[in-house]
Amino acid sequence: MTLLHLETISKRYGPVAALDGVSLSVEPDSRTAVVGPSGSGKSTLLRIIAGFEFPDRGIVRFDGKQFAEGPAGVPAHKRGIGIVSQDGALFPHLSVADNIAFGFARGAPDRARRIADLLDMVELDGAMATRRPHQLSGGQQQRVALARALGRRPQLMLLDEPFSALDTGLRETMRKAVVRVLQTAGITAILVTHDQTEALSFADQVAVLREGRLVQAGSPQTLYQHPRDPETARFLGDAVLLPATVTNGFADCALGRVPVESGHAGKAEIMLRPEQISIVVDGATPQEGGRVVDVQFGGAVCTVAVALPDIALPPILIKTSSIALPALGALVHLGVTGKAHVFA
Amino acid sequence: MGASRPHVPVIVFAALVAMFSLVPLGFIGWVTYDVGWETVKTLVFRPRVGELILGTLYLELLTIPLSIAVAVGLAWLTERTDIPGARLWAWLAITPLAVPAFVHSYAWVSLVPGIRGLAGGVFVAVLAYFPFLYLPVAAALRRLDPAVEDAAASLGLAPVAVFFRVVLPQLRLAICGGSLLIGLHLLSEYGLFAMIRFDTLATAIVDQFQSSYNSPAASMIGGVLVTCCLFLLGLEVLLRGNERYARIGAGAARPANLQRLGRFALPVLLLPATLAMLTLGVPLLTLGRWLWLGGAAIWDNEVTGAVGQTIVLALAGGILATMAAAPMAWLSVRAPGRLQRFLEACHYYVGSLPGVVVALALVSVTVRFLLPLYQTFALLLAGYVLLFLPRAMVGLRASIAQAPVELERAAVALGRTPGQAVRQITLRLAAPGAAASVALVSLGITNELTATLMLAPTGVDTLATRFWALTSEIDYVAAAPYAVMMVVLSLPLTLFLHAQSKRTAGQ
Repeated sequence: MTLLHLETISKRYGPVAALDGVSLSVEPDSRTAVVGPSGSGKSTLLRIIAGFEFPDRGIVRFDGKQFAEGPAGVPAHKRGIGIVSQDGALFPHLSVADNIAFGFARGAPDRARRIADLLDMVELDGAMATRRPHQLSGGQQQRVALARALGRRPQLMLLDEPFSALDTGLRETMRKAVVRVLQTAGITAILVTHDQTEALSFADQVAVLREGRLVQAGSPQTLYQHPRDPETARFLGDAVLLPATVTNGFADCALGRVPVESGHAGKAEIMLRPEQISIVVDGATPQEGGRVVDVQFGGAVCTVAVALPDIALPPILIKTSSIALPALGALVHLGVTGKAHVFA
Repeated sequence: MGASRPHVPVIVFAALVAMFSLVPLGFIGWVTYDVGWETVKTLVFRPRVGELILGTLYLELLTIPLSIAVAVGLAWLTERTDIPGARLWAWLAITPLAVPAFVHSYAWVSLVPGIRGLAGGVFVAVLAYFPFLYLPVAAALRRLDPAVEDAAASLGLAPVAVFFRVVLPQLRLAICGGSLLIGLHLLSEYGLFAMIRFDTLATAIVDQFQSSYNSPAASMIGGVLVTCCLFLLGLEVLLRGNERYARIGAGAARPANLQRLGRFALPVLLLPATLAMLTLGVPLLTLGRWLWLGGAAIWDNEVTGAVGQTIVLALAGGILATMAAAPMAWLSVRAPGRLQRFLEACHYYVGSLPGVVVALALVSVTVRFLLPLYQTFALLLAGYVLLFLPRAMVGLRASIAQAPVELERAAVALGRTPGQAVRQITLRLAAPGAAASVALVSLGITNELTATLMLAPTGVDTLATRFWALTSEIDYVAAAPYAVMMVVLSLPLTLFLHAQSKRTAGQ
């Protein structure tokens, strides 16, 4: 039982292919993040789901109903899908209360109560109701936009980079609040973002778009640990990529012998996340050594660059605590925890 | 503080200009006081004035809503649909501004000699003035964040409902501003309505003035007219409210989706095409016909002379008005404060006064106190300065704002004297804006009829006054070259307004 089903969606703008055969399924009560660099087509995908645009080819099916097949289908105002966009898109000429009640049926008897409930739901003070959008902070505007969309009790909520205009601290608070609200209301959500941390921490399912194609979709853990290609690996976080020779579940690389989770044999590129590599002081599991070429003190997390001998690789950057930082020029050994990922 | 000291001469100059701009209002007040309440009552509270007020009121009440409908409809077509040739129609929508209002009515009178009265006045006025609404409305439509309309659709609104509940309310500021401009033009326009024999307050003042140049009757109707203007200004402030419809948030606005017209494209095309035919086709055709009938004979030395005099007057007035506005523009950018706001209001209000009132006040005041100035170039230019002061302010303010004081300080820190810094940095950066101000005022003067008729010394013939004299003698053929020259000289204005509306829309 899937709620939303996209089948080989393609969309061109003149010579540019914004989307090229994208297929994706979204389960009810789940949270999906569509992530990709700018220009990857993620916003176009969202606009096609919302019904603001129609694909050139492909099918959009929602809750058993056909919403679009090629350039024909149900227009946005008949879909009942909620959307919260980048800067909220509040109606500047209406008060907060009128914004929230905008989607209500005409003459709804319990208007005032519903407005109060929705304000409460998005954790805004009831006194805000009479304010105008420009009198609100960015975070408050987003909350009102969410309340406005929730007022229609949609089954699906689209979130179009709703946190990107907010300050870093506020962004996390808002993300948690939105997850809480959607979970309570039992609404399926699709978040579009270019921020991979946001995508990984928000979603049950992450879909990576690149140049209009869906590169990989799956759980955040799967994507982070087993990305399909080096580009996806680097997009989802810092990655150490090394050439290696793989035999019998082990890879021989510049860091020595590292366990892998792959039946692959022969030459391959492997990936380690920086948090898997540590500077070994006591030499319990000594691997190959290197020379410290740069130390950047950064408070809680410091960065140490280690150049490996005899190999034409850029220095490996290791995140470590500020306790017992090695000195510049010191010779250190590097230890690896967990398994490396092999690109087949 | 020493920092404010250099402002003193500038403030004095700006204050003098502000005082001068209060002359017309002061004159009306003084005459009212001078003739006494009894005379005011007999002059103002009579059926004739009542008729004039009612006629002007009907004119406003019919013209403005019709213009709003035409302008909003056309702006939506050119900005938000895939109508073929959208850019062409956008140009054609503002080009009627190059045709002076009284040339519009001249064209219509030649085509339909029976055009008369309120209906004729409203018809020609809509054609001549709707671009004043089209410009701001089209610019506002371009600026609207389409995400807001998407949000409305996702909340269940059909496209038509989105337009009326979301788009139209956001156009309120543009519609208010444009309507005010049209309303003020309707109050002050003389030539358009005189040509088709529709009496308004303004035409009545000119008629009175022509029978006796210093009659309390004319001044009293002037008082009524000024009251109407102030009422209109107040009404606009009230309707506009202190709303802020600007985009909220910082992200770059995505261009709006264009509405597909599909099979309606051809029938819909009839709308802008008909409008262009009425606003441009008719003037061009009638002018063309008169020119053809007149042949080469009508292009005599008098036309050349009028062109020369018009250009000289326009440039002199443009430079003078810009110089007069400069201190105020500088103060309003560099030293904003309460005094500055009051002085600035004086500079701006005078531009919304009808030319008849300004001219009447200047004539009466000079006849009484400065007789040597009466019927001189100086007085005519003074009238132009008052009428076009706000126009001169607009370009200047924007360009002075582009030369922040920090740049001057940087120049001083690099070893220039303060005087050199102003000359080499601020004046250099403000020069294009000053040139734009001169051009805007000059173009206004080129088409100015009423005040020129009332203030020009004998022997001075501008294009507008010659045109007017000839059409008054029903010599439409001989008048045609003057109309053509006015249109030709005004075309740059259209280009400028188009470019400016593009720029304010951030394109």
